[in-house]
Amino acid sequence: MAFTFAAFCYMLSLVLCAALIFFAIWHIIAFDELRTDFKSPIDQCNPLVLPEYSIHSLFCIMFLCAQEWLTLGLNVPLLFYHFWRYFRCPADSSELAYDPPAVMNADTLSYCQKEAWCKLAFYLLSFFYYLYW
Amino acid sequence: MSAPAGLPPRPAGAAAAVYPGGPGASREAAAPQSGAPRYQNGPVQSRMQFPSGYGSHLPNYSVPSGHYSQVPSKAAASHLDNQYRASYYPTYYSAPAQNVMTPSVGTNVLNTQESQQLYNKTPAHTVGSAEGPIQGAISSASYLRTSAQQSYSAFGNHYSTPVSSSVASQGFPLNSDHYTMPVVSSAMYPNVSYPPVAAGSVYGQAFTSQTLPAVGQFKETNTFSSQSTSVPHSLQQHVPVGYNTTLTTISSAQSIQDNLCRNLTGSVAKVNNQINTDLASGSCVATLTSTFLLTGADASFGSLQDIMCRSRGGIDSSQPVHSVSQSVLFTKPGAGTSASSAVISSVRTPAPSLSSQPQSSPSVTQSSELALQEGMQYGGYVNNQASSAPAPLSSSSDDEEEDEEDEEAAIDSSSTTSSASPVLNNYDALEGGGYPETRSVTSSPVPAPSVPQTSKASKPFGYGYPTLQPGYQNAAPPAPVQPNNPGHHPGFQHYPQQYPGVNQLSSSLGGLSLQHSQQPESLRPVNLTQDRNILPVSSVPAPVPNLNSDLRKLNCSPDSFRCTLTNIPQTQALLNKAKLPLGLLLHPFRDLTQLPVITSSTIVRCRSCRTYINPFVSFIDQRRWKCNLCYRVNDVPEEFMYNPLTRSYGEPHKRPEVQNSTVEFIASSDYMLRPPQPAVYLFVLDVSHNAVEAGYLTIVCQSLLENLDKLPGDSRTRIGFITFDSTVQFYNLQEGLSQPQMLIVSDIDEIFLPTPDSLLVNLHESKELIKDLLNALPNMFTNTRETHSALGPALQAAFKLMSPTGGRISVFQTQLPSLGAGLLHSREDPNQRSSTKVVQHLGPATDFYKKLALDCSGQQTAVDLFLLSSQYSDLASLACMSKYSAGCIYYYPSFHRSHNPAQAEKLQKDLKRYLTRKIGFEAVMRIRCTKGLSIHTFHGNFFVRSTDLLSLANVNPDAGFAVQMSIEESLTDTSLVCFQTALLYTSSKGERRIRVHTLCLPVVSSLADVYAGADVQAVVCLLANMAVDRSVSSSLSDARDALVNAVVDSLAAYMSTASNLQQSMLIAPNSLKLFPLYILALLKQKAFRTGTSTRLDDRVYAMCQMKSQPLVHLMKMIHPNLYRIDKLIDESTIHVNDRVVPQPPLQKLSAEKLTREGAFLMDCGSIFYIWIGKNCSNNFIKDVLGYPNYASVPQKMTQLPEVDALSSERTRSFISWLRDSRPLSPVLQVIKDENPAKTDFFQHLIEDRTEAAFSYYEFLLNIQQQICK
Repeated sequence: MAFTFAAFCYMLSLVLCAALIFFAIWHIIAFDELRTDFKSPIDQCNPLVLPEYSIHSLFCIMFLCAQEWLTLGLNVPLLFYHFWRYFRCPADSSELAYDPPAVMNADTLSYCQKEAWCKLAFYLLSFFYYLYW
Repeated sequence: MSAPAGLPPRPAGAAAAVYPGGPGASREAAAPQSGAPRYQNGPVQSRMQFPSGYGSHLPNYSVPSGHYSQVPSKAAASHLDNQYRASYYPTYYSAPAQNVMTPSVGTNVLNTQESQQLYNKTPAHTVGSAEGPIQGAISSASYLRTSAQQSYSAFGNHYSTPVSSSVASQGFPLNSDHYTMPVVSSAMYPNVSYPPVAAGSVYGQAFTSQTLPAVGQFKETNTFSSQSTSVPHSLQQHVPVGYNTTLTTISSAQSIQDNLCRNLTGSVAKVNNQINTDLASGSCVATLTSTFLLTGADASFGSLQDIMCRSRGGIDSSQPVHSVSQSVLFTKPGAGTSASSAVISSVRTPAPSLSSQPQSSPSVTQSSELALQEGMQYGGYVNNQASSAPAPLSSSSDDEEEDEEDEEAAIDSSSTTSSASPVLNNYDALEGGGYPETRSVTSSPVPAPSVPQTSKASKPFGYGYPTLQPGYQNAAPPAPVQPNNPGHHPGFQHYPQQYPGVNQLSSSLGGLSLQHSQQPESLRPVNLTQDRNILPVSSVPAPVPNLNSDLRKLNCSPDSFRCTLTNIPQTQALLNKAKLPLGLLLHPFRDLTQLPVITSSTIVRCRSCRTYINPFVSFIDQRRWKCNLCYRVNDVPEEFMYNPLTRSYGEPHKRPEVQNSTVEFIASSDYMLRPPQPAVYLFVLDVSHNAVEAGYLTIVCQSLLENLDKLPGDSRTRIGFITFDSTVQFYNLQEGLSQPQMLIVSDIDEIFLPTPDSLLVNLHESKELIKDLLNALPNMFTNTRETHSALGPALQAAFKLMSPTGGRISVFQTQLPSLGAGLLHSREDPNQRSSTKVVQHLGPATDFYKKLALDCSGQQTAVDLFLLSSQYSDLASLACMSKYSAGCIYYYPSFHRSHNPAQAEKLQKDLKRYLTRKIGFEAVMRIRCTKGLSIHTFHGNFFVRSTDLLSLANVNPDAGFAVQMSIEESLTDTSLVCFQTALLYTSSKGERRIRVHTLCLPVVSSLADVYAGADVQAVVCLLANMAVDRSVSSSLSDARDALVNAVVDSLAAYMSTASNLQQSMLIAPNSLKLFPLYILALLKQKAFRTGTSTRLDDRVYAMCQMKSQPLVHLMKMIHPNLYRIDKLIDESTIHVNDRVVPQPPLQKLSAEKLTREGAFLMDCGSIFYIWIGKNCSNNFIKDVLGYPNYASVPQKMTQLPEVDALSSERTRSFISWLRDSRPLSPVLQVIKDENPAKTDFFQHLIEDRTEAAFSYYEFLLNIQQQICK
């Protein structure tokens, strides 16, 4: 296949996807540490959330531009999920998603952990998808 | 094996006890008669010797009763002379803050060191101040000793079975000397019929020879000890007739022990008193028996001790063992497969045996017969319900069985003399996993129709129960029994339900347990729609966990630690079925009058889960203990082997840590991340026009001036002030200045500290300056025109100021912050106040305050908010600053110093308490629980640092916490679960301390038992907390629905378990009969009500209180107590400190109870309302209120005059008694009919219908409808 814009998109997303995988793993470790009492919720990995969301949005925009509808379709659910998380946050909060006082709630914590694992799986799958495309 | 097996079964005859050549009998029991006195003296001797021991070991173990004597502070600046007393001149304000340079801090530092040294020397002071506690310690020590012995015997039994048998054999003969025949007679089978009565009668009769009720507890013992398959029967006898002790199994040994531990712990003296009052005739019997038993027990105990010596070898036998057996009981573990039949057998014998007894003293017989009669009467009563004839049930086979029992039974009983109380000694029984087959009573009955089952399973053996019918079985379910039915018989006046005091007494007496009776009673179905009087006469007691008596005695006080389910369900599935929340209600830093404080270099903790050693661990042997939370076996450190209390070595289980479920450790430097911080207080005061107008400054400054010396702290205590309007003003109070300097920072966008070193000053060095400032402050801003409030910047400045040390920031705010960071806008729409639909803005508008709080929390600083506001101030946002920094929130709506004297007085009182109460700094609280349970959610003001760790920058005695739990793994392999909270804090004296509470609860497997153990108050408080969360995260109507559903679901689940109930009625177990009422009260609370006009701030404040108040306060807030006070009578009074305190009964919260002729007192926790009816007698108004008639009573009356009249005296003593029971002194408000405050009063009448809400009856019907759906 020729080196089209689409190809470029996939190559770029492959690299970025590696970064996302890294983020996801980082989250998993962070929540595990939270659970096992190795660190305080205040130090939770909130700064990584926004980059993750923006990188993923970047994918989607690129695939939109490249008119890769199937790939875009696969990514859209997660995109909407990210939007939902983002806008559900408290008014002027720069801390996304993980509210330090609330994150230790057993429900929230297990939800966050599950979310991180799911994302890891999704990113891994999409990594190979991009790779073998 | 069974050395003395061949004892004559009924050694009637002379008092000369036969001492069979049992092991070691010769040593202790030289002369039987003299033996008794000797042992009796035992405790006394030990008591004598303890004081000295105590004294010499003071440094190691001291029991200060929670009060620290003031550390002498040399460092206090006494040299601040009058020369500095220059008045405060506003002209001295220096506007550009930077210019002001402050003197160096050197002196300050010096002083601190000095004072620290001083402080270090002080520890001994506790000694002097702890006289009372010492006494307590001594007495407890004496019982420790016995208990330890017993426990050793337990070990002994454990190791060598023959021992146990010998014990039994020896014990009995002695007893039988006095009572020839009794065994049989007393070997009554438990007549469970009406359990509460049984429990109540414990007092009346237990200690007479009849001892009918006492049996109840033993029953449970048996279940514990015996295999699950067999229902054990314990025969209670005063004079056990001889029998062969052939028992070889461990279980028998165990049962002995259980009996031991279960034995009547309580003081004989007390009991005797009771008896005297109750059964005049029975009293002599009681005394007689007790002495007899003394001897008997001595002998038996001697043998026990011998056993111990033999089996263990290591025991110091020279220590006298003291035990008085009040009733020797004997247990037959599981011999009879048919429990009920065995029961009856004994019935026949008693009467003859009694009559054949007269040789000892005729009076005894008589009285015992009397008592017997009573017992029979009672039996008759029971049978009326049961409608079955008693006598015919005996059969010959039963007799055979009885013989078997005699042979097999292991016997022993012991209880200490009056002052001492036995302690649980069977550690194996305590511990969960030790005996896999061990089952508690609760688990034995089959689930569904649990009432009858239970009663069958746990039949108490009573003396005068020829009838012995499990009468309750048939009688109970349908007939709603009046809960407060005073005495069916004169002899049973002490009906536990009726007199919770007695109830408590019984629980404290340990041996006289409720557990037996509790079960059917708490499960007794109550038809809610028909039973209108469900309120108890006085306050609702906390349910007592269904544990054996010794565990229960050791257990943590329900005031500090309560669980919503005192019977923990075995699995999450069972919990889900019960539809009740599982959680803990904590009040960990409560003011305690007595608290063992332990100083030791090593604090013994489990190596894997770090649990502190507690009364519920099991000692495997002397060198090892098994953690009761994670079951790891740990070593006992060398130091722990030595008991400073008794100065004895090798008794780790007598250490105070193991004898008290609430202890405080003085922690070593291992528990510090940094040197303990000094007490630092910073006051941030709003001085805008609004604030000056309200006039709160005067009150605050005045209170501070008055309490400046009482602020908790040592010589390092520091204090500072910040005021703010549109600018932020700092006050330089550095020692050496002639007067306070005000430094104004107007750059509120980038706030900075003008002179960081001199703003927080040592309280003692700069006291004069501080006083000057406090005197001047109220008048400094009188003419201010500044209406803006820059709260955010002021808080940022405060945070900067506090961050090096940590401490407490007290913020006084009177309006919506309108400048700088954290400014807020009005979000309340007044038209929506009474909306029934959506209530918005319950959450914060900005994250600023939350973030600030988290920063503060990280720097060990708590922010306490006093909001004194007349209009909307967005408490929902402001409260965040306290919520996440472990502060507390006070709200005074429409505060005005002169226009609203009630609020002003409340502020004054709150401040007094606030400033002087204990405080703990840089605290963390960890909650541990038995493996399998996990913490789900926390409620309260704190920051959650980890799954089980709360970070509390400050902890105060009025803070309560709630914890939701979930069951992650099935608890089938354990019979007990424990919860432990450890609160590590720095005291205001700079000591690092750990306060540990441990709560132990049984595990049950049936749904009925779960309901039986439900603690309705705790459930309601936990639900309230959950509802607050729900209304913030979701919506108010969601939360309200959830509350209603909680009732509907749990009652529906209960009714489905009890299939024999009629579905058309609304039935609740007795333990939950108040559930709908409380939920309705909750729905009508300001926090959750809809339809009634409620200001947003009021609502939010009520929610904050629900989250942070301890259970006792919260319950008063939810469901106030209403008393009628115009006819206080002398009956049912109690005496407190030589005062007669009348105890009027609780009234329903309904207008139907209010009569125009009466006067009523409503106790809402933080406020007392006195409502005066229009036609209230002039005598009352004159005597109590001090006005000639109704019309002349003023509208705003907040105090009762001291009139020299009986009714006035009674009323005042009652009110002050209510006040004394809580830390916060409530405000009193007298309300007349035309008073505008009337609505405040009437809104609390929650059983009545309002335009927007159901009445109680309607609510019940509504619930019923939903259940049937």
